[in-house]
Amino acid sequence: MALKGLDIFKLTPKTNCKDCGNPTCMAFAMKVASGAIPIEKCPHMSEAALSTLSEATAPPMKSYKVGDLALGGETVLSRHEKTLVSKTLYAVQVCDCMDEAKQDAVLAAIPAVDYERISERMYVEMVYVRHSSDKSAADYAALVTKAKALGRPMVLSCTDVEAMKAGVEAAAGCSIIVNGADAGNFADMSAIAAGAKALLGVRAESLEQLHELVEKLEAAGNKNLILDVGEASVKDAYANAVQIRRAALKDGDRTFGYPSIVNVAGLANGDAHLEAALLSLFTCKYGSIVVCSEMTYAKALPLYGLRQNIFTDPQKPMKVAPGHLSHQRRGREQPLLPDRGLRPDLLPGLRRAGAQQDACEPADHRRLRHVRSDRLGRRQVLQLLHQEVL
Amino acid sequence: MPFAKKPQVFSAKINELTLGTGDKATTLGGQNVFNLYAFDAPIANRPKLGIDVSDDPEQPSEGLKEFYAGCDTLAARAKKAAELENVDFVCIRFDLADPNGANKSVEDCVADAKAVAEVVDKPIVVAGCKNTDKDSDLFAKVSEALQGKNILVLSAKEEDYKAVAAGAGMAYGQKVGAESAVDINLAKQLNVLITQMGVSGQNIAMNIGSAAAGYGFEYVVSTLERVKAAALSQNDNTLQMPIITPVGIETWGVKESTAPEEENPGWGSAEERGIDMEVETATACLAYGSDAVILKHPASIDTLARLVAALM
Repeated sequence: MALKGLDIFKLTPKTNCKDCGNPTCMAFAMKVASGAIPIEKCPHMSEAALSTLSEATAPPMKSYKVGDLALGGETVLSRHEKTLVSKTLYAVQVCDCMDEAKQDAVLAAIPAVDYERISERMYVEMVYVRHSSDKSAADYAALVTKAKALGRPMVLSCTDVEAMKAGVEAAAGCSIIVNGADAGNFADMSAIAAGAKALLGVRAESLEQLHELVEKLEAAGNKNLILDVGEASVKDAYANAVQIRRAALKDGDRTFGYPSIVNVAGLANGDAHLEAALLSLFTCKYGSIVVCSEMTYAKALPLYGLRQNIFTDPQKPMKVAPGHLSHQRRGREQPLLPDRGLRPDLLPGLRRAGAQQDACEPADHRRLRHVRSDRLGRRQVLQLLHQEVL
Repeated sequence: MPFAKKPQVFSAKINELTLGTGDKATTLGGQNVFNLYAFDAPIANRPKLGIDVSDDPEQPSEGLKEFYAGCDTLAARAKKAAELENVDFVCIRFDLADPNGANKSVEDCVADAKAVAEVVDKPIVVAGCKNTDKDSDLFAKVSEALQGKNILVLSAKEEDYKAVAAGAGMAYGQKVGAESAVDINLAKQLNVLITQMGVSGQNIAMNIGSAAAGYGFEYVVSTLERVKAAALSQNDNTLQMPIITPVGIETWGVKESTAPEEENPGWGSAEERGIDMEVETATACLAYGSDAVILKHPASIDTLARLVAALM
């Protein structure tokens, strides 16, 4: 049951000391009520008040960082309800069951996709290093060592405790996720993850069993988790991803209040276009980390654009930064409009007016676009001014 | 505490809309859960896939040129397209009717449409040239010529809904599309206006707007989600019409799909990029609330068919 801001305010010291970073105790209380900040931010709350409120007012999904990458922290199922928070992260999978040449080829291809789209760097954020049960711990450690050279956070996917230990050791110095725990090994895996100060990935045969396993892990003191939606089938992975997120954000089930990891490489089974579709599907629907077999520009260009669009805050239109604008003359074009994805309903008018759709070009967000307003109707000009310039 | 599944099944449902006739007829909508949530309740009518065939013979990619090689008329292309196994309906588009372009006459368009109806047994959707004056006349005449075929006219808009609703819906009993520009209030308003003209809400399909992924697509996303939420959780019957989203016409024109490989060496073939742009955009449309998507490339259609089959 969500506690009201007023109830929380009654338990604050009411000194407006600003130590929590908010101007008044009431402001703090309202933010805690909406789940924006945890109650622990107030250094002067009484112990009793803290324990009363802590559980009830915690955000529905935990937030984490893996290296510089943000995960979790979602509060709504649809962006229009408020905003989506942590953009989907992508990983490419490499497995110790692949022969050396294939491993090297897959790893070498990962840095190929790296470009800027409207001031944001688009690249493969993580490497998913998978262990096959017929390989040895040494094989796994060797692969982790190779993957580590890419300098990106890694997800170690392995349910064998000894192999995972070897992998974690080989990964020393690199941010990792230990995607390891299942019903048979969770105590050991949890210890390994805790020792490495890493998130623990949890998998199970069904949502009911996953729920039970998470409860056991939480009871044992580990609440730094990420939930693996499984690889049995597209239908199951999708059903799990949606139901986990819905349980946490709509049905108040805190046990599922964790980010998710979706591996579509096996689901796509070599079909590159299907893999593109699955990457898109789980970006739209609740994949915190989505793993594929290969990232190409063909897949990436639409995907990163899609992600960039979905994860914009509906309440914050992109703004032009104040200050001197350096006009970079490209031919006769003079900058005029912020360089973002244009609203689709304005596109026909804008196209007639000569605006270009080059959203892929690296953009200083202060650079603007020239539009011939004599080719636009009055209503369109007003719409443009309201939507694009403010 | 054990996990308790909480399926989100609504007492409201999306209208069922059938296009075409006979055993090739196809039905959109009918679900009482959010799109693709087949785990909440079985979805009777899976999302449908249409193919976009223009009367303009120019194709946006080499692969499409090859696919339609030897097909010199709209009817020939439509026939070839309809033969694809995973195509549920064919959308013929009269781009050449554009008064600022080829300005093909309405009579010629009608002749073309009749020729298509002779050789295509799958349901037919008719799209215009985006000039509302030309289109309202075109839709009325094509509806007359194809009376009895149960086509969908794509679409009536705010500017011409009276003519299209009367000319296509009331006069010849065709299904009426309602197109608006990514705004839930405009979508609702248009549906209300069309029903006030006498067209039943059961005979309307919505096009709430479209965009390529990355090009302001978030407006499409939020409009789709809000329309479906209003339709299902608030039982708003002015928004319960199935949603049909043209994707191919948006995605094949953007830089990601058209830039030649020579100019962008790391990008790979334009064909693959075009297909993936179409596939990813269409997937997102289906995920957020489209009940049908209209695509250009056979490879995209096949991929979406595999995806949909895997999810249902």
